[in-house]
Amino acid sequence: MSWLKGFFNSSIGRKFIMALTGLFLILFLTEHMIANLLLILPDNGVIYNQYSHFMVTFPLIRVVEILLFASIIFHIIYALVLTYRNRQARPVKYAVRKPGENSSWVSRNMGFLGLILFIFLAIHLAGFFAKARITHDLGMVTINGVEMHDVYSLVKAKFEIWWFDLIYIIGFIALGAHLWHGFYSSFRTLGLRHPKYLPLFKGIGIFISVIIPLGFAVVPIYFLINSLS
Amino acid sequence: MKITLKVWRQESPEEKGRFDTFKLDHIDSHMSFLEMFDVLNQQLIEEGKRPVEFDHDCREGICGMCSMYINGRPHGAQSGTTTCQLHMRHFKDGDTIVVEPWRARPFPVIKDLVVDRSPFDRIIAAGGYVSVNTGSPQDANSILVKKSDSDAAFDAASCIGCGACVAACKNASAMLFVSAKIEHLSRLPQGKTERVRRAVNMVRQMDMEGFGNCTNTGACEVECPKGIKIKNIHKMNAEFFRAVWVSSEEVEA
Repeated sequence: MSWLKGFFNSSIGRKFIMALTGLFLILFLTEHMIANLLLILPDNGVIYNQYSHFMVTFPLIRVVEILLFASIIFHIIYALVLTYRNRQARPVKYAVRKPGENSSWVSRNMGFLGLILFIFLAIHLAGFFAKARITHDLGMVTINGVEMHDVYSLVKAKFEIWWFDLIYIIGFIALGAHLWHGFYSSFRTLGLRHPKYLPLFKGIGIFISVIIPLGFAVVPIYFLINSLS
Repeated sequence: MKITLKVWRQESPEEKGRFDTFKLDHIDSHMSFLEMFDVLNQQLIEEGKRPVEFDHDCREGICGMCSMYINGRPHGAQSGTTTCQLHMRHFKDGDTIVVEPWRARPFPVIKDLVVDRSPFDRIIAAGGYVSVNTGSPQDANSILVKKSDSDAAFDAASCIGCGACVAACKNASAMLFVSAKIEHLSRLPQGKTERVRRAVNMVRQMDMEGFGNCTNTGACEVECPKGIKIKNIHKMNAEFFRAVWVSSEEVEA
């Protein structure tokens, strides 16, 4: 199995891990964003709470959740390893640099954007995931005779705080910038070079990097505006 | 033209370097950048000082020897040219120009602006060739090559191995160079027979030399004096996956 070890220790193999985990996370984000839109239905959270209950009780979702956390961990670990090796490759820096003349800011700052997203993720998981899944520090509600967590009320209470919304908006902007380069870049890392399909994937990348953060941003903005009126 | 030059000076790979400032008062705008350095060196020799060491050979933009990082850009701001084909008319009278050597761990400074680019030679030796048995040549028309393949191979073959891609890349990655060599040979029927060994061995050698990893910023293709495209890197990725995951051929470590 030395070929397998050789692959995952190679530069291209490491990039392959970054691309695959990144794309899986984008798939998750798409699902997460669409499901979040259930929060703005005018039903006081009945459908959203039922959806949340389904997600924590359906066994297949448990398996996918493990895959999701593994992807996040591997994406971070490999990012650190690759960044460390890239820094090592240029121990003496140039005195004069004009990187803006040959590449985009986003493409050069994926690590920085990743750091912002990591901080955001920590705040996000502490605010929702930890309460709903670990400490069970939230109210209960009974819908159609089934007792379940009232996630809707937790979300509503959190998003009525303006500075909490601000953190989320900053996080979504960082996410959009990260995806702008990340989606297209991962397909190129995976070896896609077809002259007909590559521009298509560039277009899809731009589309999702706008639509996913916008879709996410709708929810905090909705709750904030509702609390004001 | 009056030019102020800030040039990296370093006595040996071990010693610390510094910038030296030179003022040149009689620079002709038709001179190439290297000719400007010739004038500077003549002046230094006459003053009894050590001239600035720099790499150069053909001065026609095809050998890949010249390698100066000029005002924050490899081979200067002029696109599609090597340093020897960069002319002083692209600068303004009174400009201050900062000249540095390529910066990458695998390319240590030998002296001043001269760096050791032998890692590229070792990468080529690892698989950037076609094994040909001796004997009389066969008729050229007996091996059919599609025009599109021949064009793509030729485009990749125009890489002169100067290392500007490494110098430009924020990660000091050599993937544009390596991918150009792989694409050049693996596109053609003569090179296809060794494509698995080539992809595995060249990528392995590239990693062993300590170059960084591609993050698809695209800086390399902007700075490449020969217009080598970043799509070669994506092709190399596919070629490497094919060699590792698909091919039954085993390449010894």
